[in-house]
Amino acid sequence: MALLKSFFKRLTSPSKAALGIVLFMGFIGGLLFWGAFNTGMEATNTEEFCSGCHAPIVLEIQETIHYSNRSGVRAICSDCHVPHNWTDKIVRKVQASKELVAFAMGTISTTEKFQARRAHLAEREWKRMKDNNSQECRNCHEFAFMDFSEQAPRSVKQHSTALASGDKTCVDCHKGIAHKLPDMKNVENWQ
Amino acid sequence: MKHKIIFTSLFSTAILMASTWATANDNPGGIGGVHSLRGDAELEQTRPADPLKKVSRQVSKLDNNFVGQPPMIPHHIRNYEISMNANKCLSCHSWKQAKESGAVKISVTHYQNRSDQILSDVSPRRYFCVQCHVPQVDAKPLIKNDFKEVESLRPNSND
Ligand code: HEC
Ligand code: HEC
Ligand code: HEC
Ligand code: HEC
Ligand code: HEC
Ligand code: HEC
Repeated sequence: MALLKSFFKRLTSPSKAALGIVLFMGFIGGLLFWGAFNTGMEATNTEEFCSGCHAPIVLEIQETIHYSNRSGVRAICSDCHVPHNWTDKIVRKVQASKELVAFAMGTISTTEKFQARRAHLAEREWKRMKDNNSQECRNCHEFAFMDFSEQAPRSVKQHSTALASGDKTCVDCHKGIAHKLPDMKNVENWQ
Repeated sequence: MKHKIIFTSLFSTAILMASTWATANDNPGGIGGVHSLRGDAELEQTRPADPLKKVSRQVSKLDNNFVGQPPMIPHHIRNYEISMNANKCLSCHSWKQAKESGAVKISVTHYQNRSDQILSDVSPRRYFCVQCHVPQVDAKPLIKNDFKEVESLRPNSND
């Protein structure tokens, strides 16, 4: 008790030490707040979270290379759909709040509705990735470190030309890399 | 009366023979005397599956063995979708895309219907490419094979 009293006295009486302690506590508080905020952001990145509303997609992805492969490295939803860059991340989260409205309206609540809307959603995702030069893909696949002597001839032919020159970005050529495709009838450069 | 005796004795010997045969062959399921190149397994048993054969990412073009053979696919096709929504093969092999993708364009037979009319787009009977074209796995033939391609497909051995 006496210890506590003297501690408070130190805080209330303006001295150099007290100022230091207040500043330090402020710093710790800030850290705690920032941490909690960040954890909240991370919690919404897990696959279970997405599967709540995107169950069919979570099933589809299990056949693809980003789910199982020889090296055992996985890409989860948020690796491709939430930019790692901090400011982009917040922008994306705010945009995602729109998904909540769409969810309430039930835009993709049944398989039929999802199929009908899928082309539109995919189109939006392609545009986003085209605009950021497929940043999410590049977080894992860095062009500068691609070893052409290890890649198959088909890959080398495209990567050393259209990709190297910047004419095209990953999603221009790798559509449907993680999902079944929507109706591709009206998609440019397809068939 | 006599006939009846002969008949019963014949009949019982037949049964006796049948039953001795059955006991001699005490495993009526078995392999039925059939030996498989893939290894013998009793009917009642499930043989462990062979390891999956590996498809190479890409090999150089595979030779045809007869005229009119659908050429083998010289590249991997993992997760290439062919469905009502999309045909991944055509995104490279269609006449529109072939030049840019460096792929061989599908031949005109892929536009023909079964009365040899040429359609303006890929014929429905040629839409499901992997019905006829398949990749080649890296596997040894099970038995020695002397098959020779027809003369016209044989590389010129004189020079
Ligand atoms: C509350 C339900 C809900 C959750 C949870 C959810 N989504 Fe969505 N999402 C939707 C709805 C509804 C749409 C369709 C929006 C529309 O119709 O415009 C959508 C659309 C999308 C799209 C299409 C592109 C776009 O801009 O609309 C992507 C990509 C996506 N979600 C990714 C994710 C990922 C990744 C997660 C997990 C981090 C996730 N979603 C979690 C409901 C949800
Ligand atoms: C390897 C990167 C990658 C991963 C991992 C990934 N996606 Fe996608 N996603 C894409 C791309 C690229 C598109 C654009 C459409 C396309 O090409 O299929 C897309 C499109 C979508 C769409 C729009 C509708 C559609 O089908 O096109 C939704 C919704 C979506 N993803 C949700 C998810 C969810 C949920 C997960 C986790 C189970 C996930 N994605 C994992 C790359 C990825
Ligand atoms: C979390 C990291 C990660 C992200 C993000 C990611 N990938 Fe991958 N990708 C991988 C891994 C791991 C493999 C498998 C490597 C292996 O073992 O061969 C792979 C494999 C691939 C392959 C080879 C396909 C095949 O059949 O061999 C392609 C193409 C590819 N990714 C494209 C993309 C594209 C396009 C994006 C962006 C939409 C993307 N990746 C995003 C990690 C990632
Ligand atoms: C101009 C078209 C084009 C662009 C742009 C492109 N790719 Fe590819 N990529 C291909 C083709 C064609 C293949 C071979 C086909 C296949 O594997 O399905 C390939 C194969 C791959 C492979 C497998 C390589 C191998 O041979 O093992 C990976 C990984 C890959 N791409 C990643 C990427 C990433 C990441 C980007 C963006 C930085 C990208 N690609 C941009 C056309 C392209
Ligand atoms: C990313 C582009 C691409 C896709 C997708 C693709 N191919 Fe190919 N394919 C090629 C290229 C390039 C070649 C030529 C390889 C060479 O010259 O050695 C080829 C060669 C072939 C050949 C051999 C042709 C010949 O005359 O020997 C067949 C058959 C074939 N592909 C069938 C398919 C089928 C079936 C699919 C779909 C399951 C498919 N391809 C998807 C690019 C592609
Ligand atoms: C009913 C069987 C059948 C189906 C289905 C089929 N093909 Fe073929 N394909 C053939 C035969 C037979 C040939 C060789 C003779 C010829 O050109 O008609 C061939 C030849 C080819 C060639 C080589 C052409 C050349 O000029 O050397 C390519 C490439 C090809 N097919 C791609 C495809 C693609 C892509 C699809 C799917 C859209 C497809 N095929 C569907 C039977 C088929």
